[in-house]
Amino acid sequence: MKRVFVNLDKCLGCNGCMIACAVEQSSAGDLFKAISEMPLPVSRIEVKTVDEGGSFPLQCRHCEEPYCIDACIAGAIRKDPETGLVLSDEEKCVGCWMCVMTCPFGVIRVSLLPDKKGKIAVKCDLCQDRKIPACVEACHTGALLFCEVEQFISLVSKSKGDRDVLLNSR
Amino acid sequence: MDKTKERSIDKTTQDMLQRAKELNIPTAWDRLESMLPQCGFGKLGICCRNCEMGPCKINPFSEKEQTGICGASVDTIVARNFIRMIAGGAAAHSDHGRDIIHAFMLAAKGKTDAYGIKDETKLKVLAREYNVKIDGREINEIAEELSEKFFLEFGRQHGEMKVPQRAPEKRLKLWRELGIVPRGVDREIVETMHRTVMGVDNDYKNILMHGFRTALADGWGGSMIATDLSDVLFKSPEPITAKSNLGVLSPDEVNIVVHGHEPTLSDVVVDAVRSPEMIELAKKKGAKGINLVGMCCTSSEILMRHGIPVAGNFLQQELAILTGAVDLMMVDVQCIMPALSGVASAFHTKLVTTSPKNKAPGVTHVEFKAEKAYDIAKGIVKMAIENFPNRNGNGIHIPDKSEDLVAGFTAENIYNFLGGAYRATYRPLNDAIIQGRIRGLAGVVGCNNPKIKHNYGHIEMAKELIKNDVLVVVTGCSAIADSEAGLLQPEAAVKYAGKGLREICEAVGIPPILHVGSCVDNSRILIALTNVIREGGLGEDLSDLPVAGAAPEWMSEKAVSIASYFIASGVLTVLGSPFQILGSRKVTDFLCSEAEDIVGGKFVFEGDPVKAARIMIDHIDKKRKALKLKPLMYR
Repeated sequence: MKRVFVNLDKCLGCNGCMIACAVEQSSAGDLFKAISEMPLPVSRIEVKTVDEGGSFPLQCRHCEEPYCIDACIAGAIRKDPETGLVLSDEEKCVGCWMCVMTCPFGVIRVSLLPDKKGKIAVKCDLCQDRKIPACVEACHTGALLFCEVEQFISLVSKSKGDRDVLLNSR
Repeated sequence: MDKTKERSIDKTTQDMLQRAKELNIPTAWDRLESMLPQCGFGKLGICCRNCEMGPCKINPFSEKEQTGICGASVDTIVARNFIRMIAGGAAAHSDHGRDIIHAFMLAAKGKTDAYGIKDETKLKVLAREYNVKIDGREINEIAEELSEKFFLEFGRQHGEMKVPQRAPEKRLKLWRELGIVPRGVDREIVETMHRTVMGVDNDYKNILMHGFRTALADGWGGSMIATDLSDVLFKSPEPITAKSNLGVLSPDEVNIVVHGHEPTLSDVVVDAVRSPEMIELAKKKGAKGINLVGMCCTSSEILMRHGIPVAGNFLQQELAILTGAVDLMMVDVQCIMPALSGVASAFHTKLVTTSPKNKAPGVTHVEFKAEKAYDIAKGIVKMAIENFPNRNGNGIHIPDKSEDLVAGFTAENIYNFLGGAYRATYRPLNDAIIQGRIRGLAGVVGCNNPKIKHNYGHIEMAKELIKNDVLVVVTGCSAIADSEAGLLQPEAAVKYAGKGLREICEAVGIPPILHVGSCVDNSRILIALTNVIREGGLGEDLSDLPVAGAAPEWMSEKAVSIASYFIASGVLTVLGSPFQILGSRKVTDFLCSEAEDIVGGKFVFEGDPVKAARIMIDHIDKKRKALKLKPLMYR
């Protein structure tokens, strides 16, 4: 299955993926309208800083053995047997934050419910209704890639840069 | 073919885009595609690069209020970025104006081989305005003193600029109360740069008010001076017919395209191509003659004064070269795509830069000097002629379509047109509005932008406006768009205008859309509106008038300045895509709502040109109601 991979050398920290993700999650689907939606849409991807100012985008790794599923008391998070994607049913989420605490990558985020009467956990679903995830499409430098793991491995082995890091499941 | 149809409403352009595709030569539309999706921070105006603690980008989706490292709020950042855009636009227009004064001064001193005073009447009007003594003095003496007075408009440090005093009394009083009468063109632009440096102004309203002041120094300053002195130096335009669109290129003549903005060189090139010496040389090289055509605003300058055909507007510049029939393209400043050198290298076309302010790597540069303008112009024409035999016969594709047009309207000659030469007056125009034959006036101006289907915004908006009896005035690329659709012909009134407007157009013999010049000539619109106020019966201030403005396909910083001086002059202005301010709710509210209570005008962002026209019409109706005017004659 295709996953999102990161070429660390190419991330400039522009945060374009975050904006694209939040717009994708908004009800309007349009930047100019999304910024005034209540509640504000929450980006499922976040650009983190490493060592001397380097940066990389991070979102759900869709782990093989996800801690979040084990921790979820509401049974909201499940692993799709066909695609291997870790998906959350936002309607079932009770906002206990166990998933947030157990996620080793810190990529599960908190969003206000539309009626603002509560909060739920939200996470990347790899933009299931899109061909290419919004974050990958928005990435100007090609730091974000959407491909099969084998493709990425061969890409890494071809590249001499030792900072090329495979950032995906496990 | 499908994609090309989405890209432009103009058949000629579609045809050339198809050719670009076949030849695998990328154009602005392709480059836009490669830029997508564009940066959200940039679009919202929330990225600050004004110091090296940054760049700071405010996350528009953050629940917590974020500020820059210095503490600048999102409102401060957006306002600062916005007025820097105004300053860029005001600088461009005004520097153009400055160059015209320079040529005017040299002409007065007799130090040029090309220029003289061609409109003494206008010179004397200006001299009177600037308290320059006329009686008993030579024209050149008057002109020399006047040139110094105009230079002072740029360098004045305090007090008030003279040009904005032309505004209606009530408007001027309001500007004074608000403290936004510009002191000097350069002063306001410099102050914009100062205020927006790290650690200066952080009250967004205070920042934006200075933006207005800077923009006024353009519209009622640099641009207006550029228009006035161009009229004096190159003669005031009179209605004139010509042709428009890429079909004006000739298969068997030497084709020279002048592209850019300032008439100082292009106007002299007109003389050079008409010289028997050059025509003979062209024939010797196997051409039937020399065909001079224009592109963008410099095109409007020589169209209005000499009837030189128009090859196209902003997005057609690459396409002109793609015909393979352009022997030389001469460019000066503004809106010259750096991509041109790449396109030209695929053909025999010689690209020549002429301004010390605009050079390009690997491109021939022939520096323009006002002292030897004619010599330089002849040299460039000769280069074009010598390049004619290098044309590759098979590689030529000239679209066969061009349209007739009438251009050359000015705030001054509208007097004669509507009032008749013997009782020159704005009365008939005012009466037509008062009696409801004409609903009002609209200025549709500005650029092309590949984000909006080429020419679609301009043409559809103009059609909707004239259908509803709004007399439309146009400049720049908007005027060229309309000309390509045949809307600048008197017959367009019969075809597209509402009954009341049609009656006027038929009685006077004018098109329903009046081409009033280049983008600096938007100043003509300000003067025309002022004349309408002076004529009486339609209120005391520009903001009382049943008028509206629009830039449906804007892209340049110059359009930001123009739109800003129009709202600061009290005119509602609609933009086809939003300014890069939406990242701040407060700045957006200020410019799109509160400004109306302060300066009388505001921005509206609407991408659909017909909806945008409806907004303008509603606004005009609101103003008609406030003036207690009669209902429209024909409903």
